[in-house]
Amino acid sequence: MSSKAAQKQAAPDSPQRVLTGRQFMLGDHACAEGALAAGLDFFAGYPITPSTEVAEHLASRLPAVGGRFVQMEDELGSIAAIIGASAAGARSFTATSGPGFSLMMENIGLAAMMELPCVIVNVQRASPSTGLPTMVGQSDILQARWGSHGDYGIVAYCPSSPQECFELTIDAFNTADRYRIPVFILMDEVVGHMAERVEIPEAKDIPHVPRKGPRTAPGTGQFLPYAADADLVPPIAHAGDGYKVHMTGLTHDERGYPSLTAETHDKLVHRLVDKVRLNAADIVDFEEQDVDDADCVIVAYGCTARSATAAVTQARAEGLRCGLLRPKTIWPFPEARVRRLLEIGKVKRFIVPEINLGQMRREIERLTQLPTLRLNHAGGAMPTPNAILEIIRS
Amino acid sequence: MSTPQPNDFSVVHPIDHLMRADRLPHILCAGCGIGTVIHAYVRAIDESGTDPDQHVCVSGIGCSGRAAGYVNVDSYHSTHGRALPFALGIAVHNPSLTVTVISGDGDLMAIGGNHFIHAARRNVNLNVICINNFNYGMTGGQVGPTTPIGAKGTTAPQGSIEHPFNLPYLAKACGASFVARWTILHVRQFTDAILRSMDKDGFCFTEVLSPCPTSFGRRNKLGEGLDEVEMYRERCHIENGAENLQDLDIDIVDHEQPITVGNFVDIERTAFHA
Amino acid sequence: MPDTIEIRLGGVGGQGIALAGTLLGKAAALYDGKEAVFTQTYGPEARGGASRADIIVSDTAIAYPFVTRPQVLAVLFQEAYEKFRPQLAPDGLLIIEPDLVNPHDDDSDLVRLPAIKIAEELGNKLAANIVMLGYLVGASKAVSFHAMEEAIRETVNERHLDLDLRAFNAGYNEAIGAGDD
Repeated sequence: MSSKAAQKQAAPDSPQRVLTGRQFMLGDHACAEGALAAGLDFFAGYPITPSTEVAEHLASRLPAVGGRFVQMEDELGSIAAIIGASAAGARSFTATSGPGFSLMMENIGLAAMMELPCVIVNVQRASPSTGLPTMVGQSDILQARWGSHGDYGIVAYCPSSPQECFELTIDAFNTADRYRIPVFILMDEVVGHMAERVEIPEAKDIPHVPRKGPRTAPGTGQFLPYAADADLVPPIAHAGDGYKVHMTGLTHDERGYPSLTAETHDKLVHRLVDKVRLNAADIVDFEEQDVDDADCVIVAYGCTARSATAAVTQARAEGLRCGLLRPKTIWPFPEARVRRLLEIGKVKRFIVPEINLGQMRREIERLTQLPTLRLNHAGGAMPTPNAILEIIRS
Repeated sequence: MSTPQPNDFSVVHPIDHLMRADRLPHILCAGCGIGTVIHAYVRAIDESGTDPDQHVCVSGIGCSGRAAGYVNVDSYHSTHGRALPFALGIAVHNPSLTVTVISGDGDLMAIGGNHFIHAARRNVNLNVICINNFNYGMTGGQVGPTTPIGAKGTTAPQGSIEHPFNLPYLAKACGASFVARWTILHVRQFTDAILRSMDKDGFCFTEVLSPCPTSFGRRNKLGEGLDEVEMYRERCHIENGAENLQDLDIDIVDHEQPITVGNFVDIERTAFHA
Repeated sequence: MPDTIEIRLGGVGGQGIALAGTLLGKAAALYDGKEAVFTQTYGPEARGGASRADIIVSDTAIAYPFVTRPQVLAVLFQEAYEKFRPQLAPDGLLIIEPDLVNPHDDDSDLVRLPAIKIAEELGNKLAANIVMLGYLVGASKAVSFHAMEEAIRETVNERHLDLDLRAFNAGYNEAIGAGDD
């Protein structure tokens, strides 16, 4: 909401960390409130449409609850600062959109390599390049997965409503800390700039997953900063904890020391990828509507899933056996669920509407041999329920 | 205490606990000045009497960027150009830590130049040591933002035609609270400058001129590392509090030109604490 | 009212269109226990030209968030009238501020609400948006009177609260005919 008065409900300067109760708020503001509720300590960011409301909201709210807000000189600095703050133990966060997301890519790889948890929200706008800054896009789906050079594991959430912006931001912080990875929230301009009711629970009901700390005392020399447990995640010691850790973006051994050999590299990169891949069953989150007997399944996320919901409801009213699979984690993709649907064998075709030229459709095509129908818009507008309905009927 | 004998390996070096001895031997070339800078840094930690656990060292990429890997404090070897914002995140989140950035002229002033001017402008509580060896040593001797006019590099085989940065002048103009320039010859003064930086709230910047015989020295007829240090001995003149920082460009070609070193700026200016 | 009502407020930057739309959304979603979605124009479009604030109010979950065929259109700016008038549903409610909007000669089925004049009489013409909102609520019953009063109390700055509550009441009374005598 551009109007100052419109923010009164969200109480930007409130010293209350969790705004328990019913709010009517923008997706961008709900995301910021989710970060606060999750225990955000440190935000660094650079203004960019359509994510700026996240930063503005935190600029007034975060210092009031004892956190630190820094407006950086650019997105290169923003991402580096939140990784540094994470090294010092902060739950840290930045908000950006396409061009800024591109600028952050190198250090996203650093966060993955150093295994420093952080959360990045990308409120997607129509791209590439400057594109349509104020208008919707969903075209950073593959960039979120593969954007930094090399192989590494990440998680990306995709909210469809302000309520989910709040909830999935909390999940993002917990997942980042649980697996020591950078986690993305891939919002889109429609969800970021729409206001709806958001129900915020009491502080005690906000889930909190802490980082695993060292199990030996500092000074004993026994702590190996990159010796992973069975879950492939190493415990973390922060700057100032007394463990004298060394972290580097270079290939490193369990001590964290550079070890520039092919063997060390292969082992390390496999672990970085596997700690997400092998824990996918615990991470993946999705919702379904009328999928069980469906012969036609729409796979949609973000704002597009809202149109898909309306289309499926209408199709069912017309007697069409149609359902919706809505990934809330777009990475890892709900691959096991799609494979299960294939095993059950009722699904005869998929429809993937998205505001890009087929980024998630590739995933469905990779996993299935079934016809996968497309509904693509390059950005600036979201598909309407009718447009999806026409494909269902076809 | 008796004088240690050359073959007595039971004697521990006084700064041994501040070095990651298990990482030696290091990657630095013979005659390189980076080791001297690392030594001065840990010596300053030791002399400060502060708890090493409260010290953090952050570096970027390049030979100088490897400094963080050898010091036995919490240390972070970040990405090229991003040491300063990475360090900002640590320092702002936990203001009780003493955060020192050690990196090179290319890392801090070319690819990281934007962060440098803004960190100094904000007056973030960081100690920044810029090891200036006038070139990109790690990648084999390309010219960079501090390469003097006329000096040669692999990317300027006929000599650089660009004006270099005058780093103390730049740092002062951007708002740094403390600004110094020394060379690795001036170990004592340089260590004191680091000590002063550790004690001071705000953005503290020290440029330290350092030989890179392998990539820069031999190409520019500066001889071995020791020869370059000898050149510093001959040409440097100390002028603490020098006002005319704009005149303190470094001329590496004309050996008649003096090189002015000293602690130039030490002012009180509100430090950034978000 | 029907299960779902789509409302569009059209104006130009600075008229408080977004605030009025937000108030509608809050009244519905927080105090009437209904579903509501609010969207608005962003960017350069919202600065100079016709801007819009859209609200959908429904008894059931709202999937598609955008207004496509408003049943209620209130406009405070000629360009907004030109742009949004063709989208109004047949038999929809059109409210214009006659000092700011000259309707087409053949556009007769509309309400001319002198929101600015009423607001001026209450002490500040800047409350014209809330007068308009009051009328819209009274005429459409999209949200309840009490829900809107509560939304105003919870949203508006203390300094403007009294004025805005009076402006809302004045507009509302115009709609239900209570203010005619």
